[in-house]
Amino acid sequence: MSIRERISGNEAIATAMRQINPDVFAAFPITPSTEIPQYFAQYVADGKVDTEFVTVESEHSSMSACMGAEAAGCRAITATSSAGLAFMYEMLWVVSSSRLPVTLACVNRALTGPININNDHSDSMGCRDAGWIQIYAENNQEAYDNYLQAMRIGEHKDVRLPVMICQDGFITSHAVENILLEDDDAVKAFVGEYKPENYLLKHDNPLAVGPYDVCPYYMEHKMQQVEAMKNAKQVILDVAADFKATFGREYGFFEEYLMDDAEIALVLIGSTAGTAKACIDKMRAEGKKVGLIKVRVFRPFPGEELAKALENCQVVAVMDKVEGFTNEGGPLYNETAAACINLNKRPKMINVVYGLGGRDITTTDIEKIYNHLYMIKETGEVKEHYLHIGQRSNVKEVF
Amino acid sequence: MKMTEIRWHGRGGQGAKTACLLLADVAFTAGKYVQGFPEYGPERMGAPITAYNRISDERCTIHSNIYTPEFVVVVDETLLEAVDVTKGLKEDGAIVINSSKSGDELRKHLNGYKGKVFTIDARTVSEKHLGKYFPNTPMLAAIVKVSGVLDEEQFVSDMEASFKHKFASKPQVIEGNMGCLKEALKEVKEV
Repeated sequence: MSIRERISGNEAIATAMRQINPDVFAAFPITPSTEIPQYFAQYVADGKVDTEFVTVESEHSSMSACMGAEAAGCRAITATSSAGLAFMYEMLWVVSSSRLPVTLACVNRALTGPININNDHSDSMGCRDAGWIQIYAENNQEAYDNYLQAMRIGEHKDVRLPVMICQDGFITSHAVENILLEDDDAVKAFVGEYKPENYLLKHDNPLAVGPYDVCPYYMEHKMQQVEAMKNAKQVILDVAADFKATFGREYGFFEEYLMDDAEIALVLIGSTAGTAKACIDKMRAEGKKVGLIKVRVFRPFPGEELAKALENCQVVAVMDKVEGFTNEGGPLYNETAAACINLNKRPKMINVVYGLGGRDITTTDIEKIYNHLYMIKETGEVKEHYLHIGQRSNVKEVF
Repeated sequence: MKMTEIRWHGRGGQGAKTACLLLADVAFTAGKYVQGFPEYGPERMGAPITAYNRISDERCTIHSNIYTPEFVVVVDETLLEAVDVTKGLKEDGAIVINSSKSGDELRKHLNGYKGKVFTIDARTVSEKHLGKYFPNTPMLAAIVKVSGVLDEEQFVSDMEASFKHKFASKPQVIEGNMGCLKEALKEVKEV
């Protein structure tokens, strides 16, 4: 039986962690994810978990501690944001290539330069190629539900990859909203125990973790990671199916909102999906066939499925909450465009960068983007495919 | 979908965020869908801060700040000179200000706002019942009364249950807060 509650996204994640009761939590605090280890420290103090809570001196060390714990055969977790994730960067690659299914709660915050505490996706997008599974949430409910699914995905024998569960800093991490929590025992039963086949402390099967990989083997090992990431797709769907059967809420690679007959669509990640849905409801009431795809799983990238979902649209704006300085568009745009390149009939596509450093985006902004897409539909011409919305600017305003 | 949108103005450390989250809490207890969220900048004691509530009967999916609220609550009246508190405020809505000043005096700082103006002297109420200045509870009661977003009787009993739970080891605080709450419900007035 679900429990009706009202808590922030951070408390939702901390609650999931308490329910799972992992072996090791190594943490160094950073805004806006600080509350997660803060809540968890209280659970430790209150005896609600028997986790080894390791307070380290940096994020480089928290990820290193998780790596050591996982290599020893434990279930290890951490939480971080922004510069904290950047400081883990080196270890992220070691963890994924060592095939250690660490779970990281990432509360997305802009990377410093200039310093800023608010939300965008520059931190997790900055390590999108580090070999981690990345799953994003629209709200506190999805952050909680994604976290409950993370370990079953990462620890699966066909996968064995670390998982990053992302939510938007402040927008969902600090907003108190209604949520359905699940019973502690039901969560424990769903997530299960971690029983790795190979680990350092297994007496009868000694092994080395993280040794030098010579040229004749390195590429083969990378191919094994590639295979694991491919396998993760089916496992993600299987775990989601079991989650639905157990708790009733449905998840996939992405959510399609009124896409069946949509001529015009947005593709985006995170909390802005909810704002876009409200805008779509208004525009649908005016008879406009607009839709939305909210990408939940960014790694592995569901390119084939996404292309199929978009093939009947006429114009699409892919929205990135990160600036890549590519002069061509952000990562979600580039990968979505690449996924559609071999369709026989494909939509016209533009990129809209938004929300950097916490710049707010409203239903009015979303409507402006849809109207811009209608203009492209009518003229049949994409004049510029790489746009920004919401900034004050001396250059020509498109929106 | 009927949705009530409220914007709070306070200064860091005064508890505008706490009051906003308390309102979300009590509206949740009354069966509503709620959002309570602060807007964060560089945090320091005394700096102007903003917090928001959305309260509705169905889940609200919008995740932006609130630009055209029905109600505004000003926890610190010195903000009237520093912040455009009525910006976007609907004229059929209202503003609730923590002040003992007259309507004429306050309106000078409200940029010609034509809607209703309410005041509550939260300092007097709080000092009388708690012996200290905690504007949260009186401001919460005042906005519940003015907005009509919750049933008043249920609000009083839900808050009492919440205080009893929160201050189980300090019963004298429960009485003081309930005193603040009830007096603010009575004393908030249109000016």
